[in-house]
Amino acid sequence: MKHSAREEQWADWMRGAIGGDTQAYNRFLTAVTPHLRAMARRRCEQLGAPPSEAEDVVQEVLLAVHLKRGTWDPSRPIGPWLSIIVRNKLIDSLRRRGRRVNVPIEDVIETLEAEPSGDGFDRLDAEHLLQRLKDPQRDIVRSISLQGTSISETAARLKMTEGAVRVALHRALKSLAAFYRSEEREDQ
Amino acid sequence: MKTNDLISLLAQDAPVRLRLGRMLALALAVGILVSAGLLLSTVGMRANMGSAIETIRVIFKLVVTFVLAVAACGLVFRIGRPGASLTISAWLLLPLAALILAVASEMAIVPAEAWRASMMGRHAAFCVFFIPVLALAPLAGFLLALRNGAPESPGLAGAVAGLAAGAIAAATYAWHCPDDSPLFVAAWYTLAITLVTGLGALLGSRLLRW
Repeated sequence: MKHSAREEQWADWMRGAIGGDTQAYNRFLTAVTPHLRAMARRRCEQLGAPPSEAEDVVQEVLLAVHLKRGTWDPSRPIGPWLSIIVRNKLIDSLRRRGRRVNVPIEDVIETLEAEPSGDGFDRLDAEHLLQRLKDPQRDIVRSISLQGTSISETAARLKMTEGAVRVALHRALKSLAAFYRSEEREDQ
Repeated sequence: MKTNDLISLLAQDAPVRLRLGRMLALALAVGILVSAGLLLSTVGMRANMGSAIETIRVIFKLVVTFVLAVAACGLVFRIGRPGASLTISAWLLLPLAALILAVASEMAIVPAEAWRASMMGRHAAFCVFFIPVLALAPLAGFLLALRNGAPESPGLAGAVAGLAAGAIAAATYAWHCPDDSPLFVAAWYTLAITLVTGLGALLGSRLLRW
């Protein structure tokens, strides 16, 4: 990917995110998602998979981008890094769903550069993975994602410190990613 | 869960607490300390190191293992980062070339009848046993840290971790090792490091998937 203005913007947001700026991070993820969605839908179409599956793939890729963001070197452009993470997780996720795929990196780079179209419809098999989380992790994930409560509100309600809620949330996200991987083994 | 809900969830977990580079640096420091501590507390440093270090073969052994360790560790710091250049791996050729050169000159100096004895040395079996033992701590540390990385090939990343851990162990063991012939180093150090590299590849392909 060339150093487009968009890429610079994404890199800026991600730098903010790494430093703890949740708003910048929200902007980054929101900006990247339509590209991921376009990519996932095109793959699903080619493979004859239902488009609803694409949204599951998008969410799994987002989770991977999130958990691996510490491997991006903030002094380097974000495009190549993002392309590789997305490509690998895309292949991984589709393969786990029983689709043999080969995603050339050029395709990923192209789609990240193109203007995305269409909005997402939301649906998830992460829902049933959420069931496998234990409380308070599941409770924390639900209250922040579904009810949109903040960390501090969640902490107050559960009589936990904010730090403890943050740690629990981070562990929950790691567990979700591990659940995705273990699903694969059950399938094989 | 809707994708937008997931995004707000992820956003709440924005800050990165421990960077991959720092974790690897920590693993490296602890690995070296444990490895060196293990050597000193068991077999200890070679008794006559003070005078031995003046001989060219001992200097060679220490330098070549050290350079290998540095080059391999440089690779470990990159293998977990998608898109990072791996051209640094060319530095691995430096100790390899030095080893080949040293073996050739050893064979030129030492008469052919003595090659076998030089290669076998006195403690070949112990060398092949103890280098992997010394490599365990750095290998465990590297693998643990790399679990936070995103290696494109988990097996290869594990192999690189094994190579670096084996090289650190070899560079440590060289301070004890009483066998100085480059033929010995070429045969047994190489075998020991290869074993650790293979172990790393095996573990990596299981532990470093993401």
